[in-house]
Amino acid sequence: MTFLSYLINGISLGSVYAIIALGYTMVYGIAKMLNFAHGDVIMVGAYVSFYATSLYGLPTWASVLVAAIVCTVLGVTIERLAYKPLRTAPSLAVLITAIGVSYFLQNAAQLAFGSSPIVFPSAVKFEGIRLFDGQLVISGITIVTVLACIVIMIALTLFINKTKMGRAMRAVSEDKGAAQLMGVNVNSTISMTFAIGSALAAIAGVLLCSAYPTLQPTTGSMPGIKAFTAAVFGGIGSIPGAMIGGLLLGVIQILGSAYISTQLSDAVVFAVLIVVLLVKPTGLMGKKMNEKV
Amino acid sequence: MLQKKKFSDYSRSCIVTYAIVIAAFIIISVLKTMGMLSSLLSGLLVPVCAYIVAAIALNLTVGIMGELSLGHAGFMSVGCFSGVLVAQSLADVIPFAPVRLVVAMVIGALLAGVMGIIIGVPALRLKGDYLAIVTLAFGEIIKNLMQCVYVGKDVNGLHFGMKDQMALGMDAATGKMLINGPMGTVSVTKISTFTSGFVLILITLFLVFNFMNSRTGRAVMALRDNRIAAESVGIHSTKVKLIAFLFSAMLAGAAGALYGLNYSSIGPVKFDYNTSILILVFVVLGGIGNMRGSIIAAAILTVLPEMLREFSDYRMLAYAILLIVMMLANNSKFKKNFMEKRNLKQLERKEAAARKEATEHGNA
Amino acid sequence: MKKVLSLALACTMLVSVLAGCGGGASSASSGAAASGAASSAAASGAEGGVFKIGGIGPTTGSAAVYGLATKQGAEIAIEEINALGGVQFEMNYQDDQAEGEKGVSAYNTLKDWGMQILYGCTTSGSCAAVAAESYNDRIFQLTPSASSTDVTSGRDNVFQVCFTDPNQGTTAAQYIVDNALGTKVAVIYNNADPYSTGIYTAFAAKASEIGLEIVSTTTFPSDTTTDFSVQLTDAKSAGADLVFLPIYYTPASLILAQAKSMGYAPNFFGCDGMDGILTLEGFDTSLAEGLMLMTPFNAADEGSKDFVTKYAAAYGEEPNQFAADGYDCIYAIYAAIEKAGLTPDMDAQTICEKMIETFTASDFSVDGLTGSGMTWSTAGEVSKQPVGVKVTDGVYVNM
Repeated sequence: MTFLSYLINGISLGSVYAIIALGYTMVYGIAKMLNFAHGDVIMVGAYVSFYATSLYGLPTWASVLVAAIVCTVLGVTIERLAYKPLRTAPSLAVLITAIGVSYFLQNAAQLAFGSSPIVFPSAVKFEGIRLFDGQLVISGITIVTVLACIVIMIALTLFINKTKMGRAMRAVSEDKGAAQLMGVNVNSTISMTFAIGSALAAIAGVLLCSAYPTLQPTTGSMPGIKAFTAAVFGGIGSIPGAMIGGLLLGVIQILGSAYISTQLSDAVVFAVLIVVLLVKPTGLMGKKMNEKV
Repeated sequence: MLQKKKFSDYSRSCIVTYAIVIAAFIIISVLKTMGMLSSLLSGLLVPVCAYIVAAIALNLTVGIMGELSLGHAGFMSVGCFSGVLVAQSLADVIPFAPVRLVVAMVIGALLAGVMGIIIGVPALRLKGDYLAIVTLAFGEIIKNLMQCVYVGKDVNGLHFGMKDQMALGMDAATGKMLINGPMGTVSVTKISTFTSGFVLILITLFLVFNFMNSRTGRAVMALRDNRIAAESVGIHSTKVKLIAFLFSAMLAGAAGALYGLNYSSIGPVKFDYNTSILILVFVVLGGIGNMRGSIIAAAILTVLPEMLREFSDYRMLAYAILLIVMMLANNSKFKKNFMEKRNLKQLERKEAAARKEATEHGNA
Repeated sequence: MKKVLSLALACTMLVSVLAGCGGGASSASSGAAASGAASSAAASGAEGGVFKIGGIGPTTGSAAVYGLATKQGAEIAIEEINALGGVQFEMNYQDDQAEGEKGVSAYNTLKDWGMQILYGCTTSGSCAAVAAESYNDRIFQLTPSASSTDVTSGRDNVFQVCFTDPNQGTTAAQYIVDNALGTKVAVIYNNADPYSTGIYTAFAAKASEIGLEIVSTTTFPSDTTTDFSVQLTDAKSAGADLVFLPIYYTPASLILAQAKSMGYAPNFFGCDGMDGILTLEGFDTSLAEGLMLMTPFNAADEGSKDFVTKYAAAYGEEPNQFAADGYDCIYAIYAAIEKAGLTPDMDAQTICEKMIETFTASDFSVDGLTGSGMTWSTAGEVSKQPVGVKVTDGVYVNM
């Protein structure tokens, strides 16, 4: 029974990682860049949603919508100002710029929202399910997060495989130059990717802070790194991979701290990641890179 | 004629780098003895030296080997804690501080090297971003482990533990903690000096320049530029890469020891992924593969945030903006055009000189 | 190409070095701006100059909330003291991001500014590195909240206004036994934090000495998305009737919420870092009902009213124990200066020796918000008794 409840907690944590990882993996798949600022966009989304509810009294769904819009605008702006001029630059230059953006967002948030932590009111009012006389509790937020994660994953997969824009994204991801020759507008495709990724970040922010209800300007950074790890774990660029990677990471973290050591829980997570990458060098669901001569 | 030149372009560039470092050392030392250096700047000298060495070390991995490492702070951490441990426990055996410092740096480098092999053997089989994430993971593991390390010293000798202070079972009267879990090193006698940092930079440069020019170094660069071609001529890819990575880890370890022995107390949190990123920023901003650039960028970017103190609350915001702007400016069209024009001019000048020489030769 | 880059960078370096040489004067002016009203009062009321107090603490980064609280608490005290018209203070507060290297840089910046007394640092890690410097330079240092003994050990010039970690740990264990609060104790602490680990270590030692049974010990890393189900389940299945939480209030709020959702209701017992949980924005105070903690400061106390009102007016939030410790620090410095008859024209070294003498004098005691009749030992430790309080109906009630 204890094992089951650990497993459920692991899935709960993992689904939050998964939802963040989806944003990471999408941007990576299309723009081929590690967007280290993604975690901080999540934090901004959570703050916007919090203030939309507490200051303007918006209902939860509306505050999530507002947060998604703000994050979309933010994501596209960041892309335009900071990443677009570096389209042809070495990938490391883009990485460092992303880190600069991450610092910028964290410090701007501290100035704008203050450094005091805020307890985030849960977006999910539903109490959860109690099984076996309350020995096993599945909280409402866990259910909502897992469902949201699945819905987003399916929607993204459909979008990428069935729509024209999705096809353009796949084309850009495959070969930027060839896509451009075929009449795909590479710039707007990448902007679109950032827009979707950032909107997802807003949703992830609300769910993250509903599950672990403290919010401060540095809230996004550690989950951001964990989610990045999750994305690589599942095979970066792969949408189902991000979901599986996130869930596994959460489960490993909880089970590792339960059965190995709470002191070394992070070390256990990262050690498993290394082992997985050694066995499957491109992650669990990653495409095998064929070498071209 | 080309033979007339005593040095190749490569060694000339090395000599310029040495000259810059030595000149900077002399100028700063003179300023320091004249009392013209503010306390802030003199306090930053040793960490700047440590960051320079770490940046050169990382540049070896990123620039020469062409692989991204996000865990170099982990090697610094190993070097720092082992170095401090050695220096503190040898305090009675080797009373002369500079020798103790050298011993500490050597041990720090060796242990970081061991860690480099442990990490390098599995990690170097991976490529690109997967390698980056594995190094990041190792860095985090090292941080996590270091937070649980307790080392104490009493009459009976050294005590190690991974649980907590009491588990060491030390003699209460004479027991003294050397490494105290999350608090890190405590009550360290500071023995790092600017001169030792300067010497370490010179040694690092000497080793790295020679390495780049060695058989292994050239093999590593060949692998970076075209792995398949390099392997087809018989270069053992895993072996030479491992040598370069080991070398890089050892230098970072020495830098860590220098850094750790400059502060009375340093916690393991210092060497987290943010510090790895910080060193990477030095490398990228200074120019990937360009050692001189790493030196200058490390110096400036360590001093810069301190200079921004006048902005008080807006300090880190200003730093972030500067970072983005510098990256954008470094890759802007304007700079590219400028560089192209300049290279063109240089080429023209060289050609003209060659032509002139040729005609002179012909006349004679 | 490389040459132009290096030349450009070298120029920047030169400029920054020059800026550094001239930095002394300009940072002084920015410091004056930072301390705002305090310094303007100083300018008007000064007869024999002002004492330059350097402050260090994190004002950016994840620990910024603690650094800002100590800074703001001190600013209130300085404003009050300057308004009295006697001894005048000017404070220059520098950011250290809770890190040793930045702390030492902040310290050196303050030294260039001409600091006479050092107020800080907020966190133990940074403070231990800075204390070594102030000890060498002979500058008097009083920290509001760096509670590790590694800060003061072997340094006669460093004093603390907060309880030390071992002191809190042993007192907590004794308190639990004396008041029969629990027989089987579980501990959840942050193994990445010196404060938390320090209290735990002393607590565990004392517990085994006085026969308090610790049935479960678990840890967590510094991370906001920590899931505490493992720790709580471990405590629950071990049958713990009291959970000791030597941690800060932010993770504690998560523990309380998660314990409630899993239907586990032991007694929770915290330390001074727990203070602030009731004023945490958006926190459901009913979760903290019955929570016990040892805190030196109670915002609801009669004596704290004036400070709380002023603080809320200036910064729009209720002060916590960090702010109160900061406030007391400045008053302790003030009292010592008055008693020793120091004047602002003395150099830092003279002030340091006189201050040490005064602080360790047997007849020197300070009544502050966090304790009355505070005295200091030669080891730098403060003597004050933590007050055990219990949260009842959303406010502290003395136990």
